Amino acid sequence: MATTNAAGAGIVLSRLSKSYGNVHAVRSVDLAIAPGETVAILGPNGAGKTTTIEMVLGLTRPDSGTVTLFGKSPAQAVAAGAVGGMLQTGALVEYLSVRELVTMVASVYPRPLPVEQAMRLAGLTEFAERRTNKLSGGQTQRVRFAIALVSNPDLFMLDEPTAAVDVEGRREFWASIRAVAAEGKTVIFATHYLEEADAYADRIVLMARGRIVADGPATEIKAKVSGRILRATIPVAGPPGPADTAALAALPGVTNAERHGEAVILTCGDSDLTLRALLSRFPAARDIEVAGAGIEEAFMALTADDNDDELEKVR
Amino acid sequence: MTYPVYLRYEVLRNFRNWRFLFLTLAFPLVLYLLIGSVNRHVQFEHVAFPVYFMTAMATLGTMAAVISGCAIISTERATGWTRQMRITPLPARTYFRAKVVVGYLRALLTLVLLALAGTAFGVRLPAQGWLTVLGLFLVGLIPFAVLGILLGHLIGADAAALATGGIVTLFALLGGVYGFQVATSGPVFQIIKALPSYWLVQAGKTALGGHDWPAEGWIVIAAWTVVLVPLAVRVYRRDTSRV
Repeated sequence: MATTNAAGAGIVLSRLSKSYGNVHAVRSVDLAIAPGETVAILGPNGAGKTTTIEMVLGLTRPDSGTVTLFGKSPAQAVAAGAVGGMLQTGALVEYLSVRELVTMVASVYPRPLPVEQAMRLAGLTEFAERRTNKLSGGQTQRVRFAIALVSNPDLFMLDEPTAAVDVEGRREFWASIRAVAAEGKTVIFATHYLEEADAYADRIVLMARGRIVADGPATEIKAKVSGRILRATIPVAGPPGPADTAALAALPGVTNAERHGEAVILTCGDSDLTLRALLSRFPAARDIEVAGAGIEEAFMALTADDNDDELEKVR
Repeated sequence: MTYPVYLRYEVLRNFRNWRFLFLTLAFPLVLYLLIGSVNRHVQFEHVAFPVYFMTAMATLGTMAAVISGCAIISTERATGWTRQMRITPLPARTYFRAKVVVGYLRALLTLVLLALAGTAFGVRLPAQGWLTVLGLFLVGLIPFAVLGILLGHLIGADAAALATGGIVTLFALLGGVYGFQVATSGPVFQIIKALPSYWLVQAGKTALGGHDWPAEGWIVIAAWTVVLVPLAVRVYRRDTSRV
């Protein structure tokens, strides 16, 4: 997607970078999200999702690059009440009932939803009078969702919104998100569940090690990351050239091919097909392993070409 | 805009935290009742001990009451609530005002309880006297209220109680709360006179008769306020990272 800096262009991240010490949490991220889009930021832990979200919200100052929200700086957009969100961490203040807490947050926004409506959408009606410190993890998450809903913002930023929520709660949560998205709100959520991203986002932005490694319609990204990983050792005479990698990538069923010396890693949509073709084209192949690609492995496969900082961990 | 709903719930949730409130209020009151009852008929510095000690405990208690906002803020930061509110349009001014109001309400309750206890010990002041002391206290406490907010955004929840306890004790000692002056002349006294706690003690002494609150007091309190407020605002604005 083209990056434009036109005012009012929704959310625009331009060459956004942030490091913590020598850990590059986010590296030169460019992203443009149109108003009304529902976008999943998908990635394993440490991919830079939270840091990116916090820079968009103005909670974390980028080392370089810029963020604009509807043509404004994050601070301006927040001050205008255009942003509402669920941060990844955050308990609720105590000594208030659920209703009181939601009312308190609503009171600082210029165009809040009615408190009752927000609580109903978040499935909180039966806990409305309960004190915030007497809630389960899932109920607490619902309150945090109600806080985001009652803000009635143009942009919802949700960092792993369904963590600690049970299956039933998740279904209700996403139904409510669909409802606000249908009203033309922009929704950005971070998740490490491919199924969630696939089911509820128009578009998936795949992050790994601080970079965007893929960005496109949900179906396309799903095909890329939901296959199997085939590993093999294929002896070579000389140093492997691009031709070898290209030949591997051309095998049927392969979505991504990597070669490091004799080690070959293929990401496959249909590993059976690939395996048959591999054995006939490269009879010397040995030590073959086929494994279901966890999302982390799929990310690794997609980003294995920059293994300069393989062991980096982002908090 | 005044954000009355926000302010109401800030006050409500702080006053429902009854353990915290109880400890804040009980500390000066219990000290006063214990020591005051034993020395009911003693004269100290030419005044009845219950009068003198009431003003001393009022100084100590109200300082602690407003600066203890530090502990509450640092806890809110530790739980992540502060960051949640930072992505709302809540203006810094409103945030500060609510914190100061809550601290002042605690201080006011402290004063009322001490005044009641004092009255029980036979302390009689003309209405004018009570109002003067009250008014001067409200002014003299400003630096401590701001200091509480400043420290709340600087230090962690584990250190907050220790830090504010130490600060209150030190300011009280140097300001003369405990009934003696560390120095009454020379450069040390000049430093002491530049402390807001010294002027709180002087405010209390207006109730004892024969003392007034000179322009110097106003200047010292204003100077501390002018220095601390921008510092606190700055620290608050920067305080957006995960704790």
